[in-house]
Amino acid sequence: MKKLFARLYLGLILLMLYAPLIFIAVSSFTESRVLGNWTGFSTKLYSNLFSGEMSNSGLMSAVNNTLLIALIAALVSTLLGTLAAIGIFHSRGRRKNVVMFLNNIPMVNPDVITGVSLFLLFVFLGVTQGYVSVVLAHITFCTPYVVLNVLPKLHQMNPKTYEAALDLGATPGQALRKVLIPQLMPGMVTGFILAFTMSLDDFAVTFFTRGTVGLETLSTFIYTDARKGGLTPELRPLMTIIFIVVFALLLIFNIRQERAAKKKALLK
Amino acid sequence: MARIQNIIGKRSNWSFPYAVFLILFVALPMVLIMGYAFVKEGGGFTFSNITRFFTDSDALSTFAVSIEIALETTAICLLLGYPVAWLLANSKFNKSSITIVIFILPMWINALMRTLATADLFNMLGITLGKGTLLFGMVYDYLPFMIYPIYNVLRRMDPSYAEAAQDLGAKPAKVFTSVTLPLSLPGITSGIMMVFMPTVSTFAISEFLTNNKIKLFGTIIQENINSSMWSYGAALSFIMLIIIGLTSLLTSSSEEDNVAEGGLI
Amino acid sequence: MSEDIIISLDHVSKWFGEKRVLKDVSLNIKRGEFVTILGPSGCGKTTTLRIIAGFETPDEGNISIGGNLMNDVQPHKRPVNTVFQRYALFPHLNVFDNIAFGLKLKGMSRSEIETRVMRVLKMVSMTDYEWRNVDSLSGGQQQRVAIARAIVNQPAVLLLDEPLSALDHKMRKDMQIELKQMHKQLGITFVYVTHDQEEALTLSDTVVVMNNGVIQQIGSPTDIYNEPVNCFVADFIGESNIFNATMIEDRKVSFMGHEFECVDEGFGENVPVDVVVRPEDIYIMPKTDKGQFDGVVASCIFKGVHYEITVNTPDGYELMIQDYNPFEAGMEVSMIIKPNDIQVMRKERICNTFEGEMTDESHVEILGGEFECLPQEGLSAGDKVRVEVDFDKVDLTDDKRDGTCEGDIRFILYKADHYHLHVRAVNREYIYVDTQDVWEDRDIVGINIRPEDMRITRIEEGAQA
Repeated sequence: MKKLFARLYLGLILLMLYAPLIFIAVSSFTESRVLGNWTGFSTKLYSNLFSGEMSNSGLMSAVNNTLLIALIAALVSTLLGTLAAIGIFHSRGRRKNVVMFLNNIPMVNPDVITGVSLFLLFVFLGVTQGYVSVVLAHITFCTPYVVLNVLPKLHQMNPKTYEAALDLGATPGQALRKVLIPQLMPGMVTGFILAFTMSLDDFAVTFFTRGTVGLETLSTFIYTDARKGGLTPELRPLMTIIFIVVFALLLIFNIRQERAAKKKALLK
Repeated sequence: MARIQNIIGKRSNWSFPYAVFLILFVALPMVLIMGYAFVKEGGGFTFSNITRFFTDSDALSTFAVSIEIALETTAICLLLGYPVAWLLANSKFNKSSITIVIFILPMWINALMRTLATADLFNMLGITLGKGTLLFGMVYDYLPFMIYPIYNVLRRMDPSYAEAAQDLGAKPAKVFTSVTLPLSLPGITSGIMMVFMPTVSTFAISEFLTNNKIKLFGTIIQENINSSMWSYGAALSFIMLIIIGLTSLLTSSSEEDNVAEGGLI
Repeated sequence: MSEDIIISLDHVSKWFGEKRVLKDVSLNIKRGEFVTILGPSGCGKTTTLRIIAGFETPDEGNISIGGNLMNDVQPHKRPVNTVFQRYALFPHLNVFDNIAFGLKLKGMSRSEIETRVMRVLKMVSMTDYEWRNVDSLSGGQQQRVAIARAIVNQPAVLLLDEPLSALDHKMRKDMQIELKQMHKQLGITFVYVTHDQEEALTLSDTVVVMNNGVIQQIGSPTDIYNEPVNCFVADFIGESNIFNATMIEDRKVSFMGHEFECVDEGFGENVPVDVVVRPEDIYIMPKTDKGQFDGVVASCIFKGVHYEITVNTPDGYELMIQDYNPFEAGMEVSMIIKPNDIQVMRKERICNTFEGEMTDESHVEILGGEFECLPQEGLSAGDKVRVEVDFDKVDLTDDKRDGTCEGDIRFILYKADHYHLHVRAVNREYIYVDTQDVWEDRDIVGINIRPEDMRITRIEEGAQA
């Protein structure tokens, strides 16, 4: 009885969380220009999306921009954040506190503030805003998550392995590549995925730092589109595909993690 | 040459590039917000941008509405989210650590897109957009941020505390109020912060969910910046920063652990 | 510098922040020697090893290996390899790749690497383990891989940082024998760090005893055991009876209220000294046999080969004696100590000396606290003074709040009828205390000194202490 009630409650909340997503997914299989109108089953929106018919609307270039920015930002953040985490782990006192404090700011700050503050920075420095400024801004709010995911891995590993590598003739660079990075890899991968998804999802920061050169990412495209009234219908199949890919990736990732955890528990 | 190698060889120096990056892209922008908010155009200190806010009835009422909406959203998220976290962390109801992932998954879908879909869903159902739909949309957007930290704390809680309380004669309800709830406080404060902070500062979302009927504080900042009123925009951002600072002071103790544990996936 | 010296530390000092962990350490290690650096935790032995390996750089002084100055040479360019305390095997590599790590970096050919790895695996009796994951190995096996990984590079010096500390007793004994054999077989220099005195005495050609960042004594195991230079060494190495004594004249020393003949000369006349007598060097017999002094057996415990006997003398001294015959508790006994078995040591200090500053006429600031003293005529606030306090005139309190300043106990020495304590005050200075009370290491205590027990003299401006 109790169990049934619990299931029911969880089910209701899930329904609430997924209703809009299901709504989008369902309406991606109809041709209607207006979201919510059902004009019969069709895969036309999907074929539009893939046939190149959208090339003029700016949607595909927005998708490309989004992916490219996310990829660059996540890669740079992962490298920068991993090095930083190693540095933070091995430093003490005020230097460590200052870096950790600054590292926390982009995570605590609302997107609007991060966006406005970086906008003011680029204005102040006289940097033309566009691709570069958006990528830099994304690195700013992504890197802290990499740092926080790599730090626990440093706590878990034997810090002497780095010295052992030097002792055996490795230069610091070789020790980093051959000994530290392999051991920190799980944290770096998690950090990378987090950074990548955060960048994909970002609207506010991009909005403030993209300048006036007409750079559109998926978020800003949707925003402009919605302000014009009515979403481009092809967004529905696009979001459906993104949703399914993300869903699959995260599930696989977590199932693998759970398996690994169980295996570890068994070994002990 | 040997000097340089010594510097590179010292691992504590490896955070140097990031430290420079942080100073340039985090510290300096924060200083600039204050600079634009408190420095007159020709130089010199001014309070005029701040006083302008306190005399701008439009901004003040928006500010009040934002706080109200954020508080309400946070409260609803807590009421709805705590039971979810508790059920998911309870091995009697849920044995898999994957279930939680399903609950936090929608977070990874573009928030604007979800918001627009929610608004259209309301439209289709014939519900008029207004404060009710705004609250619903916000709760829907941020509920996962409440569930996850509470779940994390509850799952890691040593069951022997609750067992000890039971052993000492406490009834299940008493066990909950006297042991489980207080011990899950770090998760709750962390959840409150993770919901309150973005809701109080959100922009664009409220317009879509209310058909432009309700404007929130974030939008005012955005409008000022976009219409080149940088100083006033910076002053408003500064006020927002104070709110955020106060909130994180009130809830600071617990937040770090949760994020540090490996983020949200 | 002699041809034979492979490692030379020359007046090396090292600070960690405010703390000076190595104080003017000078040490020469001969080629092919098995040297052990021995001392309690925090004595600076690991830092010394890390300076040799290149993980730390000396703040003062020089480190040379093979005659070449190494101060600024990176670890990967030094002809030494290290066996780490917790092995530090690379968890993402298997046994073979762990051992081959250094060889691969040198760009050695695949076949050469294979030959060398197989040879060392055989040497550490780990053949057939080459493809195993290092996490699946036992502690002892990981230890062997760690040694193999270091020696496969054929270093001139092998550094071992407490390599056996994670192993159980039996395994440790076996590995000691193997290490000794390996040293003979390889013919290279071993520098071994440990806090286990038995290990040090068993393994080494030369033992370096360290404490508080200072080398206390360097010598062969027998030298260190038979002729410790101070109380610390005597107490740290083996069991010992330590006494406050007075050197009456050459070859005559007095302690426990008796005069003894000894073999030491050159201390001067009526000079306070410390005396060490090893438990096995006190001859015990029934009282009827008339020894040099008498006592009563307090306890007698069988230790496998010998008996450990505690004897109280009428003057309140407690002696530890080892003998092959049992003596029942309560039995009246007599004892003899032969001149050869009395080791006389110069005292490092005979009273506490601090430099401080008057805060007013009757208060002086020393040890980070403000102590009341007798009114000092002619001295006023700000005057620099030297304060002397006898060891037995310092009062320690349980509750640190009852003391004028606080400190923690860092070292305890039992001296037959009292304890001699080293207490570190808040300002990191040490105060030495003789007491009958039983304290424990790391106890936090309050420190009090009665005004009349302080001897205060002014330090003249310009005059150096």
